[in-house]
Amino acid sequence: MLNEFFKDQLWLGVFQAVVTVVLALVVTLVGRWWKIHLEKEVVIALVRGIVQIVIVALVLVALLKGPELVAIPVLLGMIITASFVSGRRVKGVAGSIWVSFYGIGFGAGLVILLMVLAGVIDPALTSVIPVGSMLIANSMNTCAQALERFASDVKAHTGQVEAGLALGAAPAEIVTPYSQLAVHSSLIPRIDQLSSLGIVWIPGLMSGMLVAGTDPVYAAIYQFSVITMMFASSGLTSVVAVLLVQRRVFSPAQQLLLRPGAPTAPSKKDRAA
Amino acid sequence: MVILETTHLTRTVDEKTLVNDISIQVERGETLSIVGPSGAGKSSFLRLLNRLDEPTSGTVLLDGADYKTLPSGELRRRVGMVLQSPYLFPGTVAENLRFGPRQHGKTLPEDRLRHLLRQVGLESYAERDIARLSGGEAQRVSLARTLANSPEVLLLDEPTSALDRTAEAEVESLLGEIIAAEGLTCLIITHNPEQAVRLSRRSMLLEAGKLVKIGPVEEVVHA
Repeated sequence: MLNEFFKDQLWLGVFQAVVTVVLALVVTLVGRWWKIHLEKEVVIALVRGIVQIVIVALVLVALLKGPELVAIPVLLGMIITASFVSGRRVKGVAGSIWVSFYGIGFGAGLVILLMVLAGVIDPALTSVIPVGSMLIANSMNTCAQALERFASDVKAHTGQVEAGLALGAAPAEIVTPYSQLAVHSSLIPRIDQLSSLGIVWIPGLMSGMLVAGTDPVYAAIYQFSVITMMFASSGLTSVVAVLLVQRRVFSPAQQLLLRPGAPTAPSKKDRAA
Repeated sequence: MVILETTHLTRTVDEKTLVNDISIQVERGETLSIVGPSGAGKSSFLRLLNRLDEPTSGTVLLDGADYKTLPSGELRRRVGMVLQSPYLFPGTVAENLRFGPRQHGKTLPEDRLRHLLRQVGLESYAERDIARLSGGEAQRVSLARTLANSPEVLLLDEPTSALDRTAEAEVESLLGEIIAAEGLTCLIITHNPEQAVRLSRRSMLLEAGKLVKIGPVEEVVHA
């Protein structure tokens, strides 16, 4: 219907974006009515989102004409950006951006590499970049969820953690239950993605393949493979990030640095102790 | 003979001095009470003694050795601490008592387990789930759990302040008996001057992180 009204595809896109932005703003105003103030965050996210995605589209068009090795810096750039987004979600843990970088880099990076070598992901830029970005984005969300859950559980159980330390227990032993819970809870959305695939959710990749004329059964199976890779990369990311963050919430002298009301970043003296 | 000594112990957080240049000596087998108003730095001082927090300057000597030279696990086994709230681990009373020795690669012998439970008046509680304990019982388990590590020095951070009057009297009486029976060196924080008199011969008064007075308990708490 709109195609008849907008002869130029660009203006069609602008119209669609304006409609969805209005919808998002209405939702934000509903939140404001309920005293949930997200206005600033939502406006910034909307502006960043549209600017970023348009720039990336233009850059990708240029990059896709380049050699396959271009994928490496592009994916690395995505991992770095994802690390900042994930790391900044966790307050009070020194080096959470590095933890996210190692987690996402190991989880998503390893899965992309192995799957390219196994032939599951086509090394062509038109395939490896979009599929890689999906894996990185999912790893980013999982990483942020795992780190947030771990940090909030440790803060909520400061007494138990310090009781264990006071008995001479090793930090890793004391926080193991919180680490396990953090990894488990961060993977629930990925498991839900797999189990609801096709029934609740038909992902964009499969839709795109169908529109492009790919065999529907192959498109479905490939989509399943991509979601399975998302689970694998998210799982690796979550485990690595939690294992690394475990060490960061304690000083070398085995003192708990992450405590409610503690300064957002422990002092250098405490970190070095 | 001095077992524990602090030398110019200081801790500053966000430019606020919580513990300010405290130097004391504690004799083996003595009980020293720590008194002072809320926010005086009593808990902050105690947490420095088993290195749950890091001193900004100064140090602690345990049996003449700088405690920074000891592995944290070993230091905390030798300098045990009972916190204000018991913070027991999920499971049974016996599992809580076995936790400390297990951290040091040891198994708590059954007769020692029974002895500890008898000492805190909970002989029949070994297999009881900690969720079924009263506040006073939980604090007694917490005390037994710390004693299971056979500490040389026992730090008590207001161990009866979270209890009702009856439980407070019971736990205090047990503490007195155990400290005397085991010949433990003990530092106890209390907000109750009478408790300080009942449990210790010597006391130290802290105000705004500074050591104001240390000496015979009657002189310090009734100053």
